[in-house]
Amino acid sequence: MAGKATKKDNSRPSVFRLLLNNHLATAGLVIFGFIVLIAVAAPILPLPDPDATAPVDRLKGLLTDGHILGTDALGRDILSRLIWGARVSLAVGISATIIAAFFGSLIGLVAGYASGRTDTILMRGIDMIMAFPYILLALAIVAVLGPGLLNALYAIAVVNIPFFARNIRGIVLGLSRREFVDAARLSGKSHIQILFGEVLPNVLPVIIITMSTTIGWMILETAGLSFLGLGAQPPQADLGSMLGEGRKILFTAPLVSIIPGLMIFALVMSINLLGDGVRDILDPRLKSGSLTRPVPRTRVVRDEVPTVPETGAEALLDVQGLRTEFQIGSEVYKAVGGVDLRVAKGECLGVVGESGSGKSVSAMSIMGLVPTPPGRIVGGVALLDGEDLFGATDERIRQLRGSAVSHVFQDPLSTLHPLFKVGDQLIEAIRVHKPISHVDARTRAEELLKMVRIPNAAERLYSYPHELSGGMRQRVCIAMALANEADVIIADEPTTALDVTVQAQVLSLLDKLRKEHDTGILFITHDFGVVSAICDRVAVMYAGRIVETGTTEEILSSPKHPYTAKLIDCVPVLGEPERRLDAIEGRPPVVNKLPEGCAFAARCPRARDDCLVGDIGMTELGDRRAVRCLHPLNDMQEALNV
Amino acid sequence: MGLYIAKRLLAAIPVLFGLTIIVFVIMAMIPGDPATAILGSYATPENVERLNRELGLDKPMVQQYFIWLGNLFQGDLGRSFILNRPVLDEVLERFNATLILAGTALILCSVLGLLAGVISAVRQFGVADKLITFIVLIGISIPSFWLGLLLILVFSVQLKMFPVSGMYAIYGGGGPLDLLHHLFLPALTLAAVATGVIARLTRTAMLEVLRQDYIRTARAKGVPERSVIYKHAFKAALVSIIPVIGIQAGFVLGGAVYIETVFQWPGIGSMLVKAISTRDLLLVQGGVLVVAAAYVLFNLAADVVQTLVDPRLR
Repeated sequence: MAGKATKKDNSRPSVFRLLLNNHLATAGLVIFGFIVLIAVAAPILPLPDPDATAPVDRLKGLLTDGHILGTDALGRDILSRLIWGARVSLAVGISATIIAAFFGSLIGLVAGYASGRTDTILMRGIDMIMAFPYILLALAIVAVLGPGLLNALYAIAVVNIPFFARNIRGIVLGLSRREFVDAARLSGKSHIQILFGEVLPNVLPVIIITMSTTIGWMILETAGLSFLGLGAQPPQADLGSMLGEGRKILFTAPLVSIIPGLMIFALVMSINLLGDGVRDILDPRLKSGSLTRPVPRTRVVRDEVPTVPETGAEALLDVQGLRTEFQIGSEVYKAVGGVDLRVAKGECLGVVGESGSGKSVSAMSIMGLVPTPPGRIVGGVALLDGEDLFGATDERIRQLRGSAVSHVFQDPLSTLHPLFKVGDQLIEAIRVHKPISHVDARTRAEELLKMVRIPNAAERLYSYPHELSGGMRQRVCIAMALANEADVIIADEPTTALDVTVQAQVLSLLDKLRKEHDTGILFITHDFGVVSAICDRVAVMYAGRIVETGTTEEILSSPKHPYTAKLIDCVPVLGEPERRLDAIEGRPPVVNKLPEGCAFAARCPRARDDCLVGDIGMTELGDRRAVRCLHPLNDMQEALNV
Repeated sequence: MGLYIAKRLLAAIPVLFGLTIIVFVIMAMIPGDPATAILGSYATPENVERLNRELGLDKPMVQQYFIWLGNLFQGDLGRSFILNRPVLDEVLERFNATLILAGTALILCSVLGLLAGVISAVRQFGVADKLITFIVLIGISIPSFWLGLLLILVFSVQLKMFPVSGMYAIYGGGGPLDLLHHLFLPALTLAAVATGVIARLTRTAMLEVLRQDYIRTARAKGVPERSVIYKHAFKAALVSIIPVIGIQAGFVLGGAVYIETVFQWPGIGSMLVKAISTRDLLLVQGGVLVVAAAYVLFNLAADVVQTLVDPRLR
């Protein structure tokens, strides 16, 4: 018990400090704290009796002698009534919250822990209560119990029970499947002991968060009932009943209603600010900043606009010195650290590497599809037929996307819009670039589906993505990429999510199409098996840089970089069960803290002292054959021994 | 599709029955003798006994429920002794006014909330976003009954732009324009909180959707950004917003109780408040039942719209 208490104390300051960093939450905390302090101190403050009537002094204005906020219709001091009223409203709101939290959590705990029929019955009951409009049920309860502050409190508490019950149940349901509950059960503890000794401490934070988000509501709603004359009865007054009384003289003395309303508003707003602050801190999605909107195109912040180098006429797409970074918090992740890629007409360049090697980011940078924030392109050029893509306008990039350069992505389930028919998605892809009629576009869409060999193409146009198999969906994606006869297709692991037979079909389809249409393909994959099936040339990436390039033939038959050799080793070969299929030991380095020297050294069996210093450049080995290694492998035998 | 809607309709039936049970049980929990409670403390013993017999209150609870339910099916919700009028007549007449007010508020909060949320998401961290976030925060924290009073003070008393209360002008009113004139302030007030809730949710939903792979696909296709946001992202975001609009219908119907009282709108909310203070319990019962049933139907409608938007649910 003591141990738990200390643990909690340790975790609290950090959350508290985070809360103070949030200006709005701090403001909320200050206002709420101030109101609570004044309300608690009401009995010892030098205030006139809030209920003492003085008909002579009725409806005094602001700042009249002895009455800072004036007096109401019975000559009572408004400031005093406001403070005493806030005290009542706070007490009622907090009590209602505690009652709702207690019973709601109890129902949630029992339902989630017992599960099965008990759960069904309890939750059906809760659903029934939730089928009522919230305030209406409270009204019905007050109608039965009769008007009064205490009855209003009960009514508001009852209608809030479902929120707690549902929240807590969901979490307990997950918890009661966990090992520590099983362990407690095996140790012979009773259900009661497990529920309150083991499960409850784990859901306590959730109960507290739910309380902090509902307390504002409860104060508002009890004030509402009092406003209607169904809560606090005279002479007792809370903020709501003050407002209700003031309303009767709204036109002659508006201040009498404005002041208590303002107080309710300040109270609820401060609680909401505080609650939002707490939620922002505890919600991991908000913490990681993942709820920021990516802009349509990756931001380009090149220190200098590089002079466009002379390129060989055969290069269709020429990327040179590409550097892309991610800024997450104060950390900068150099995902791509100077990459050159060249794709000629009808050529397929494979970019290979483990996940996190920067291959996808390199490919997505070309047409500005890396999300900003957090991504940005900080250096290099990408030339498409000699045109600098990073320097082009947003509108120019939009025109090129899908027409000159098209994309095929990894997971065809998430890359197609789930709510539009595949035909409409194809038609859109065609019509954003060609001013043709809807009917013509539909005919073209059908042709495209036939081209990627989808049976019953005309019917399939009317299918939604979820009605198609994974292979079918990927064919649709490829059809979409072909819609405008693009010069270059960037395919980002297009076969990874598919099973092996479908994978082979998709690969042969892509291969056939590029030969027929002379399309250049930039093919991202981690699988050398796939590379051997389709790629003419290969670039192997590691930690954001290319470590080896060459033709597929050269790379597969005599890899020079130990990393390449290991990647090739990972490919299973039919009929060679003795082959090692182990993944490469260790993990790629984190790109915000790249080591000096060779990034692969830590995982490399051939690493020597000189691998750990300086910047290791590419060694040219022949025509467009290069390796970034000081001690490259000499032959296949060495490669097998790595 | 049709099948799904039929299924949802069938599923609503037990919920409606559940409502009748809850309403019945709440009324059965009235402390003391219900007939006395209905007739008031000055009723003669004979009258109390007669009413007990009429309402079947001398029979066991379960039997009482089925008698009550049978009457309900025949459109008999009992008689209001204070208004001296069948409950159903009064409730339906009042409900008409509430539906006009709550319906308008629901349309207002959906349109304004979606608009504000989308703008907020598109201009994330910009001036418009900060301004909207701030207004939304005020919207969800402000007591609606107080907001109503403030609006009356400013727009009716000071600026004399709108009438202070009521649904139609007493002299020479009655046309649809007169109704709109009277409807504007109460509908706006009633919509305030729900607008805030919907705007907040829309912002989050849009931000979440804009990170999805299919949005990247749309951009990779060269779809103009306007279309990416208002066609691709908005439709996907609607999937998570529609159920919340359904829930907001409940808050709007419930919130009508305050707003009708503030603006003296002759709806079911102000009727309920009056009926509670005069202990006209059969009227309360009828009113609660009708509004709750309307809420169930609202949610049913939201479900149907949801299936129209999301083909995966069909």
